[in-house]
Amino acid sequence: MSELKLERADVMAKLMTVRGDALIIAGLGSPVWDVASSDHKPENFYLWGGMGCAISMGLGCALAQPDRKVWVITGDGEALMGVGSFATVASQRPANLAVVVLDNEHYGETGMQRTSTSHGADLAVMAGGAGIPTTLAITDMAGVDGLTAALTSGPLPLVAVVKIAASKPNLVLPARDGVYLKNRFRQAVLGATDAMHAS
Amino acid sequence: MADPWTVEAHRLFKKHGIKTVGYVPDAGLTDLINACDADNDIKAVVMTTEEEGIGLSSGAWLGGEKAAILMQSSGVGNTVNAIASIVSSCQFPLFMIVTMRGQYGESNPWQIPMGQATAPVLRSVGVRVYEVDTEEDAVGAIENGLKMAFVSNAAVAVLIGQKLIGAKSFIADVAEEVTHV
Ligand SMILES: Cc1ncc(C[n+]2csc(CCOP(=O)(O)OP(=O)(O)O)c2C)c(N)n1
Repeated sequence: MSELKLERADVMAKLMTVRGDALIIAGLGSPVWDVASSDHKPENFYLWGGMGCAISMGLGCALAQPDRKVWVITGDGEALMGVGSFATVASQRPANLAVVVLDNEHYGETGMQRTSTSHGADLAVMAGGAGIPTTLAITDMAGVDGLTAALTSGPLPLVAVVKIAASKPNLVLPARDGVYLKNRFRQAVLGATDAMHAS
Repeated sequence: MADPWTVEAHRLFKKHGIKTVGYVPDAGLTDLINACDADNDIKAVVMTTEEEGIGLSSGAWLGGEKAAILMQSSGVGNTVNAIASIVSSCQFPLFMIVTMRGQYGESNPWQIPMGQATAPVLRSVGVRVYEVDTEEDAVGAIENGLKMAFVSNAAVAVLIGQKLIGAKSFIADVAEEVTHV
């Protein structure tokens, strides 16, 4: 196992400097706390369940909002569970979707058991193999700077795998009520009236 | 004679403003999938597993659009946690068309257990299940299911029975010549 030095909070802080009005889908586990602690807003949808669905949810949202950037921020365990979604994203090529995997090589949320990425599985290579046109494998802050540039000026879609230390996240918890999180997100994106009616 | 249910389903998707259709193929869905693929106003998304359909459809709704999901009955097993955790917890609308296998005249024994489990499994995670066996009932269930899903934030599955699709949609059943070993 390579030495993982990047701290998740530092990576998140850097990414949020270029967020603009991007919508964020946060995958179950520590990425939810990361997004809540670094830039908590209605335009964040926090997944408290549905492990493996963050990327497909980001794809659905990106296809529905082509003029807006959509970021999926998720963990290695979560991404591995829905790894086929790399191929589904690649076949659609949404020009507004970025997937950032915070790869601590562990299932942090459930007690730091090792994931396959600690045994050699390489999510950036898997994403490339699935047909994702731009993949970034990042291990240091210079790489994170490169990622912020890519998030700002594309091309998208991209998958970035950021190797981070298996340290404890800042435990900043958003609301757990899914109906509230859904409506709040739709209100922010669609406006108060449209949010509460079928299009 | 009225159009087949697949033609009507595509028409109803347009009428109800369905913009994304996610699918894992089944022989009985071929005509509907082809119609969606050929339609420039519909984003037809081929998925690697039916579970992706739940994320796709919920994500589309977050972005203000409606999606429909197409799958074979065996694929329902791949959607269970996503439906329970995401759709039920957040009351996302969900509309799926499921073509049945293992239910009526099935010739592949491996399809039968999941075919029998399809409706109860969906019900157990809060999905309203419409089981249909005629063209007319299929069209009615699709029309009303679409309305209920997106106006009332319901999860709806229309199960197209094997009696309607025909049990012989399995490629080995229709091949002119097969060899047994
Ligand atoms: C389907 C399913 N399986 C297992 C779990 C338990 N679980 C919750 S979070 C998690 C780990 C997530 O790991 P990762 O995506 O690597 O994120 P990290 O917390 O390490 O940043 C697991 C296994 C679950 N919630 N759902």
